[in-house]
Amino acid sequence: MGHPYIPNTREIRKQMLREIGAASIDELFTDIPPKIRLKRELKLPPAMSELEVKRHVQAILAKNKPFTQMLSFLGGGVWPHHVPAHVRSLVQRSEFLTSYTPYQPEASQGMLQALFEYQSMIAELVGLEVANSSMYDWATALGEAALMCARVTRRKKFLVPKLISPERFSTLQNYASGPGLEPVKIGYDRTTGQLNLDQLKKEMSQDVAGVYIENPSYLGFLETQVDEIAAATHKAGALFVVGVNPISLGLLKPPGDYGADVVVGEGQPLGNPVSFGGPSLGIFACRGELKLVRQVPGRLIGMTTALDGRTRGYCMVLQTREQHIRRERATSSICTNEALCAVAAAIYLASLGPRGLHDLAELCTSNASYTMKKLNAIKGLRAPIFDAPHFNEFTLNCDDTRVSIQKLNAGLLKRVIQGGKPLRTEFPELGGTALLCTTELHSREDIDRLASALKELLGGRR
Amino acid sequence: MSYQQARWIEPLIFELSKQGRVGWALPGKPRERINIPKELLREKLELPELSEPEVVRHYTRLSQMNYGIDSGFYPLGSCTMKYNPKVCEELAALETASCIHPNQAEETVQGALELMFRLERFLAEIAGVARVSLQPSAGAHGEFIAMLLTHAYHKSKRDDKRDQVIVPDSAHGTNPASAAMAGYEVVTVPSNARGRVDLKALKAAVSERTAALMLTNPNTLGLFEDQIIDIAKVVHDAGGLLFYDGANLNGILGKTRPGDMGFDIVHFNLHKTFATPHGGGGPGAGPIGVQRELEKFLPVPVVEYDRKRKRYYLDYNRPHSIGKVRAFYGNFGVLVKAYAYILLMGAEGLNEVTEAAVLNANYIMHKLLGVEGYELKFDASGPCKHEVVFSTEPLKRETGVTARDVAKRLLDHGIHAPTYYFPPIVPEALMIEPTETESREELDRFVVALNTMAQEARSNPEKLRSAPMATAIGKLDEVKASREPILSWRAHRKLAKK
Ligand SMILES: Cc1ncc(COP(=O)(O)O)c(C=O)c1O
Repeated sequence: MGHPYIPNTREIRKQMLREIGAASIDELFTDIPPKIRLKRELKLPPAMSELEVKRHVQAILAKNKPFTQMLSFLGGGVWPHHVPAHVRSLVQRSEFLTSYTPYQPEASQGMLQALFEYQSMIAELVGLEVANSSMYDWATALGEAALMCARVTRRKKFLVPKLISPERFSTLQNYASGPGLEPVKIGYDRTTGQLNLDQLKKEMSQDVAGVYIENPSYLGFLETQVDEIAAATHKAGALFVVGVNPISLGLLKPPGDYGADVVVGEGQPLGNPVSFGGPSLGIFACRGELKLVRQVPGRLIGMTTALDGRTRGYCMVLQTREQHIRRERATSSICTNEALCAVAAAIYLASLGPRGLHDLAELCTSNASYTMKKLNAIKGLRAPIFDAPHFNEFTLNCDDTRVSIQKLNAGLLKRVIQGGKPLRTEFPELGGTALLCTTELHSREDIDRLASALKELLGGRR
Repeated sequence: MSYQQARWIEPLIFELSKQGRVGWALPGKPRERINIPKELLREKLELPELSEPEVVRHYTRLSQMNYGIDSGFYPLGSCTMKYNPKVCEELAALETASCIHPNQAEETVQGALELMFRLERFLAEIAGVARVSLQPSAGAHGEFIAMLLTHAYHKSKRDDKRDQVIVPDSAHGTNPASAAMAGYEVVTVPSNARGRVDLKALKAAVSERTAALMLTNPNTLGLFEDQIIDIAKVVHDAGGLLFYDGANLNGILGKTRPGDMGFDIVHFNLHKTFATPHGGGGPGAGPIGVQRELEKFLPVPVVEYDRKRKRYYLDYNRPHSIGKVRAFYGNFGVLVKAYAYILLMGAEGLNEVTEAAVLNANYIMHKLLGVEGYELKFDASGPCKHEVVFSTEPLKRETGVTARDVAKRLLDHGIHAPTYYFPPIVPEALMIEPTETESREELDRFVVALNTMAQEARSNPEKLRSAPMATAIGKLDEVKASREPILSWRAHRKLAKK
């Protein structure tokens, strides 16, 4: 009997062995010293048929409760949005799905053009000239951005806001450890959440390679002093790095317009499922200046022509930055990236267009405003804790209720509602605060349901 | 030879744009006033405007100008381009996998955690290691994290003089690049005439400065490092760790295990060995496995099972951990596919994968050795593993035709080019990895094609130099592309205006 994925049956394999002059398959493994040969079978479950595997995996996954079957208010780094059916169906086309990195441009024009379009749309969105064809995720893109700042400026400090996403900060620390780059946190205003400009200016020196802010911030509010931050950064000869949720840029001013030299972010919301946090899509963009472009990590797709000088075509460019050519002097070791997620993002952006993305961003913001208004009206709850404009995420504080966020969330879960992410371990100074998110998935009724559930839970205590 | 790839003259999506078109409808209207000051809002956004059918047609056409495993033979050495079972895609797309949020309450993601817990154990058994972290997003990410673990390990022993990582000259570029990213000085050791690590040179290279050796086995020549026991001893005696680059695991599944060879840290390429599709460059997943003494340094969180509560949970309480290396827990969607693949194969199936893959490579080696113009630069006396590296140097000497020309001409036969000019120690290298999912007929067709090309090189070398012809486009001006890089529509338009 044959094997579904192995076309050469045992009989054919025997013939092949004979043809190459081997007495048995074992002859092809005589180069493995006997001492380290595995003398038993691997301890794995016996092979299953496709049907059995399907049932088995479905049964395990059925123990999950997808957010499509409840009401969820989680965001915080990946955000649930509707993924249009055609986006998924196009990225599942097996010519895209089952291809390798487009090393042979002649046979890979489809992927190359799609990635060039991705780069182009990201460049438009963030207001810069160059975007690479993807990093692993936002956190690693930030790590790489910091390393790039250090390479460009040959300096040793990287300033970040204290309210940075802790996961991204920890990742940054690991990336920065190689060249001994030191991440330094800048405090914030307790009422507005805005970066403490005085402290920023104090820390600014000839040692600073880059200044990073997140806009919208991890806690959902917008940074309003971007012009001052950019000016202070550039005055010191450092690079300005901005982290974004790309959906927000349907509405918000692109970082390139307020002086960002590098933009990083999480591209998952652009047509990619949340999928328990991965695959993700690291956005990486920068100004078009060659001094920067030559230091970009990862793959860049460029437009060129065929040898006739006329027919337009696409290929990977500036590969001398990359590991397969430059080895230990490469700008990064990244090889496999998140190309297909980038293609999904391109298809998504092309489908929404400027109007669609604007309206989506507006709807997300509006839903968040409405949620804050409703929750704020409940006695003891405060949303948001920072007095600043917000995009689609915000903080909810319950310190005045004598009920913890954990308790509230447990109560919500009983009502098939997944509440916000508790922030106490990440930011103890914020007290009983949670991070909530709304997108187009939330209807008005959904939000009203959250509000009345919370009211009920809190009312029940008194 | 009867191959022709689709050849659309397909404009950029921006050039297909018509004002007012839209390919998507919003599920509602904003009802709240937006409280964002005007100076924070954008004025214009120049994204393309198209309806859904136009978008679908555009990207369908682009896909038709792309070659995947499903299109045909893809003997791209080092990349293990095997068939990707469709059922795995179906499972990863289930709502119960794709629509769960990483911060959901533990009790609502028990299935995801259980799947990860089980997959970890499968991989640990396959590689012979104590513990696995599924977090790395790809192979190179796994390598980089392995280097961070190496650093944490030596630091915990108060051994801070170890600032060098040894890499063979045959290593993949990501190895030295990852070591350097983690702050290590890279020391290269040469290969010997048998295409293996030169043990003498290795002995001379190790010292109290050695943090680790990075090695892939089978190596990038497709040859098993048969002195691995001695290699491990040399490095361990010097106080260094051994890192295993798992890109070539397809050559040894069920036959031997990196852990049994003496490796301390191992990485896996799920997008190679475990049949998850490569997606035109990603996403992949590059889990790492470690031996006991390194376990406590693994990135947070790790998936644990609480027997008392009968619950899987994420453990962040690990004081020695290196911390985070990315957001959340890894490329979960890819993990689902690899998990399903291992179940489809079972122990016996994985063993068969390696046997069939190695046999296919040896079959090609045997057949090509009979073709004038191609030769092996190293050890032709023993078997190869899952891949074989030929040199076309004799052909070049005779006809001037290069490995690249040959590779490009293969595209005209509807066969993807092998990896060429890698590993760097083989001149005019063609690195051929057939994988187990190719039939003998396909291998024969490949050998015939290479044979035809050797003859063509003699009779009509121009045919090879001007290849490919049957692809969506002919050879590109890659020099110009890098000299004056145009990296976006924005940049292109700016240039056009000048
Ligand atoms: C031998 C070897 N090592 C490492 C890698 C890097 O793996 P990844 O592309 O998943 O980062 C590759 C991939 O091409 C490889 O072939």
